[in-house]
Amino acid sequence: MKQHLLSINDLSREEIGSVLDTARFDFLDLSKREIKKVPTLRGRTVINLFYEKSTRTSTSFELAGKRLSADVINVKADSSATGKGESLKDTVLTLGAYRPDIIVIRHPHVGAAAFVARYVVAGAHVINAGDGKGEHPTQSLLDIFSLQQEFGEDLAGLRVAIVGDILHSRVARSNIIGFQKMGMEVKLVAPPALLPRGVEALGAEARHGLDALADVDVIYLLRTQSERHERANYLPSLREYISRYQVGLRHLSGGQKVLHPGPINRGVEISAELADSGEHLILQQVEAGLAVRMAVMYRIIVDSAAAAADEAAAGDSRAGARAAEGEEAAGKAKIKNIRAVG
Amino acid sequence: MTITIAKRGSKANLLIKDARVFDPERGVDMRADVAVERGQISSIAPVGKGRSPHRGDAPEATDSGASGAEIIEAAGRLLVPGFVDLHTHLRTPGREDEEDLTSGTAAAAAGGYVTICAMPNTEPVVDNASVLSSLIERAEAEASVSVAFLGAISRGQEGIRLADIWDMAEAGAVAFSDDGRPVTDGGLLRAAFQAAKLVGLPLVLHCEDSDLAATGVMNESEVSARLGLAGIPCSAESAAAARDLEIAAYEDARVHIAHVSCVRTLGHIRRAREGGVTVTCEVTPHHLTLSDEEVFSLDANLKMNPPLRSEADRQALVEALAAGDMDCIATDHAPHAPQEKETPFEEAAFGTLGLETAFPVLYTRLVESGGVPLERLVAAMSTGPARAVGLPEPALEEGEEANLALIDTEEEFDIEPARFQSKSRNSAFSGQKAKGKVKLTVAAGRVAYRL
Repeated sequence: MKQHLLSINDLSREEIGSVLDTARFDFLDLSKREIKKVPTLRGRTVINLFYEKSTRTSTSFELAGKRLSADVINVKADSSATGKGESLKDTVLTLGAYRPDIIVIRHPHVGAAAFVARYVVAGAHVINAGDGKGEHPTQSLLDIFSLQQEFGEDLAGLRVAIVGDILHSRVARSNIIGFQKMGMEVKLVAPPALLPRGVEALGAEARHGLDALADVDVIYLLRTQSERHERANYLPSLREYISRYQVGLRHLSGGQKVLHPGPINRGVEISAELADSGEHLILQQVEAGLAVRMAVMYRIIVDSAAAAADEAAAGDSRAGARAAEGEEAAGKAKIKNIRAVG
Repeated sequence: MTITIAKRGSKANLLIKDARVFDPERGVDMRADVAVERGQISSIAPVGKGRSPHRGDAPEATDSGASGAEIIEAAGRLLVPGFVDLHTHLRTPGREDEEDLTSGTAAAAAGGYVTICAMPNTEPVVDNASVLSSLIERAEAEASVSVAFLGAISRGQEGIRLADIWDMAEAGAVAFSDDGRPVTDGGLLRAAFQAAKLVGLPLVLHCEDSDLAATGVMNESEVSARLGLAGIPCSAESAAAARDLEIAAYEDARVHIAHVSCVRTLGHIRRAREGGVTVTCEVTPHHLTLSDEEVFSLDANLKMNPPLRSEADRQALVEALAAGDMDCIATDHAPHAPQEKETPFEEAAFGTLGLETAFPVLYTRLVESGGVPLERLVAAMSTGPARAVGLPEPALEEGEEANLALIDTEEEFDIEPARFQSKSRNSAFSGQKAKGKVKLTVAAGRVAYRL
């Protein structure tokens, strides 16, 4: 992994596979143990800097850090100095004085994570936990992970439809990219007003009716983010939206599996029957989220340490190939170390 | 889309003898006998070419009391495809004192119209499926010509939130319009184009910049300067039309521009068309035949929105009609109670009746003496409007349902609002002489009007 995880584009298909392997083999079963903790990040500091309301993402990152034994600090925008007019830049500079190893940032504006990365103290890693309508790379990783758990590790050729408020969705943006990286075919289904103009440029087919769900394997539902509909005039009415775009059990006649990043709006984008059925993977996604975020936190530190070693090795004028072997060896050694714990 | 007509009475059995059968879209202009059997045009037989069609071959007609086809002597009269009006204010629900479905469709039939499209600016506004469905139901009981209904673009026509566009499309709306008011919020207009496009229906736009129109009551011109009346500049229409067309172009959506009154608006429409925008437009009979000079009379029946414009604008509109740039003539039939017009000009309501005078006025002023070919007039009153919103096209063709009007183009008559079928009397053409009186209208195969 690179120094920061700002976009799903910061990871290659191979890197995604590798990080998710770490999640699968090293962290997924941790929750089932009596002692749900490993000492991997002991002595490390993780700051969760959340400028937007969040339950699942913030708890997921917090718990991930704690189970890795890191010191975790949660900074909520409404309870911090930011409420007193401090700029994001100054907040980041201030927090830098604590020498954090990881800053997890959730912010209402696109590019905020990259902005934090620009001002963060040297050596710290920034993980984008959602920047406005921009991206949400760890969500995409956990979604890919959940799909792998359901369909097997090779997702190539799997057909997925992302349905709903794509215009306002950072999850959609990361997943359009992430799913295609894994070889999946992506379609987008929404009324024109909820599809960003030009979204086809991301390689996904845009459709306007739920008839497009008939031939897919996976339906990825999105919440209608009415709080982001600034003037609330995108759609005729919520009732009409529901009657045309709500997905229910009747859309699953082809055995489609349903994912949703949460929170769900029962009775809006998802019918109550579907929400209560076994046809969706929503809880698996939450469970996957914890393991995947542990893997991301762990790997972002380990990989950069390996990269630093790699650089040192390269500076040592030896062949690049041998340096790569060294990186591989360093990674494996660490992973063995985790397995030994617990 | 739903078009509705009362299924009262039986389908017509008629033999219209020796009319000038004139259907420009089908290239028909000949003397012929036209037989209508059970509401369908069964034969069109050129006169003096042998076969005598349908001569009393239905003595055992099924309808009790009917003893075969009624013969209508039509020598010298004009038989045309029935007219279609895209812009009728039926005032129902809410102002049934001014017009209702019965009187409004009777007025339409008396003007040769077989289909009218009712605007949604009623009380309450037609902005949801239940109001629309109840109107369709009423039309099924009361309408003597076919009626299609438009739904509002915004809830309550307030320009803030979209109306229930998808529900109304399902319930049978033919198009969407906030007519009477412009859609000021460009974001809302964009969302409306997107929502309407999804269900394949056009928006009908009343283009007006309310801030430019301000408190104006007539065209801004030398006339308003002389009278001391607040003017409505042409830019109030043309600037809004330019914006609306730009938004339609960007959304690649169908748009129909209502009641064009200015030459500059025409320019924007032509350029949009050249740029590939699917735009249709309409002009009213009054904007084609009257100019702001008439307002010197301060007759409140000459107060309408958009206002009567300059003579140069009027001529440009006539030229556009003659050249085919103007697809449709639409009446903007706007009934008003007497007390809304029997007041000083500035206080009077905007609007004039139109259904019962459209053809006579246009035939007399534009075809007889104005250089507009009859085929352009007929096309712009029937096929053009039908195509603009995708309604069935009235056609004089064997096998078609009878939707036709028989017109006397010889006898001159006085336009007397007191004789109108409409409940209202506010005609801009009151007291004028005209030719082109409608003698018979058959709508959806039934006799809707007979003089």
